[in-house]
Amino acid sequence: MKITLKVWRQKDANSEGRFVTYEAPDITEHMSFLEMLDVVNEGLIGKGEEPIAFDHDCREGICGTCGMVINGRPHGPRDRTTACQLHMRSFQDGDVITIEPWRASAFPVIKDLVVDRGAFDRIIAAGGFITAPTGSAPDGNAIPIPKENSDLAMDAAACIGCGACVAACPNASAMLFVGAKVGQLALLPQGQPERRDRVRRMVARMDAEGFGTCTNHGECEAACPKGIRMEFIARMNADFVRSSLWAGRRKSGAGDSAGG
Amino acid sequence: MWGGTKKNDPEGAIHAAIDHGINLIDTAECYGDHTSEKLIGDYLARQKFTPVPGDHADVRAAEKAVADRNQKLLSIGGARTPTSFHRELGKIMWEHCGMARDRKGLEEGLALIPKLRAEFWRDLRVPGSGAELNQSLELAGRVADFLELGELMCLDALERDESCGSHFRTEHQTPDGEAERNDRDYCHVAAWEYKGEGQKPVRNVEPLVYENVELAVRSYK
Repeated sequence: MKITLKVWRQKDANSEGRFVTYEAPDITEHMSFLEMLDVVNEGLIGKGEEPIAFDHDCREGICGTCGMVINGRPHGPRDRTTACQLHMRSFQDGDVITIEPWRASAFPVIKDLVVDRGAFDRIIAAGGFITAPTGSAPDGNAIPIPKENSDLAMDAAACIGCGACVAACPNASAMLFVGAKVGQLALLPQGQPERRDRVRRMVARMDAEGFGTCTNHGECEAACPKGIRMEFIARMNADFVRSSLWAGRRKSGAGDSAGG
Repeated sequence: MWGGTKKNDPEGAIHAAIDHGINLIDTAECYGDHTSEKLIGDYLARQKFTPVPGDHADVRAAEKAVADRNQKLLSIGGARTPTSFHRELGKIMWEHCGMARDRKGLEEGLALIPKLRAEFWRDLRVPGSGAELNQSLELAGRVADFLELGELMCLDALERDESCGSHFRTEHQTPDGEAERNDRDYCHVAAWEYKGEGQKPVRNVEPLVYENVELAVRSYK
């Protein structure tokens, strides 16, 4: 296959970026999208130019490290597919492909297609965990959990934290990501004692990082490679409202075992 | 730590390891129901580590060593990419130091890797500078390490003149193709000690003494 790439090149956060066109004449349809970039980069180094910087790690679609906007869509044209699991057979010979980094002020560009997603780490550090050791796996059925809740918690836990939801959203909102992280713990018994503090802290951190607010465009759900549903945003909003009412009546940090 | 080890022993081991400058503890919770994580966490939580100031002589020396090495990698100005060396080394390891290995193949590997390393330091090309994110420079640094580690893996596999687990020396197998151990010479724990660039590492050995169990051979048949 012969492909033409228009790639965003940017030296660092403080420099101006621009699109640069590269010809990639020796691509096969069996290459993954990232392997195609590897081939282009080997060629660039050979010509004495700097390779295109992009993030990648597992290349199996589970780590959440890769991510770039391909032809205007985060992770490219295939539904529920990360950039690393996208293959060149999804494109046609002679295609012109535009590649950009995630665009959001909360995700500053480090270089080319690499952005700083430290804001996500700080949101997790604000509450996306359980403080007490929960021990090893209990006996089956020792802690009864409704099937619906365990299924929903697993759906939320599928989030790999790649940031495609933020890149897709016109408001650069992180609410699908935060909703998934709040939701997976709110649905299970181990998450109950800190449930209401958790949602308040994580939302506060999300706002402080400069992400926008959800206005129900639904682009995040369409772009999410793991199919996280907007239902988790609604669940987070409900939890947030409930915790705000509760905060006025009880001391912060006290336990609360209400489910729902 | 697996089994009925007394609590004091692992603490002594962690303490000694930290004194020797380790910076990573790799644990596996499946051995002992999270016991190792609890012991390590408990031990670390009770320590009073003092922060090392940025202008400490050791920090300065480490910074200088990294900066010098980066500059060395950037200034070779050769023709080959870090990836091309990475792949060539991978092929050597695949061919000569796989799970099934023998003396001849390992000796060949040990002849090829120093040649590849010499070419790496003569013909490497790393574009860009060390002032901003430079993924080629990162990879070059890793490949430089892999060249050392790959050679050590071959050396270790050659030194260990028996078969055991995923170290299958094809010259040491039973008539039905099972790994043939040599407990007389290899019933010990060994650790290689880095002696500096270009120096042969030293193999430190500590014998394994079993008081309550007898050595046996596991069969997968």
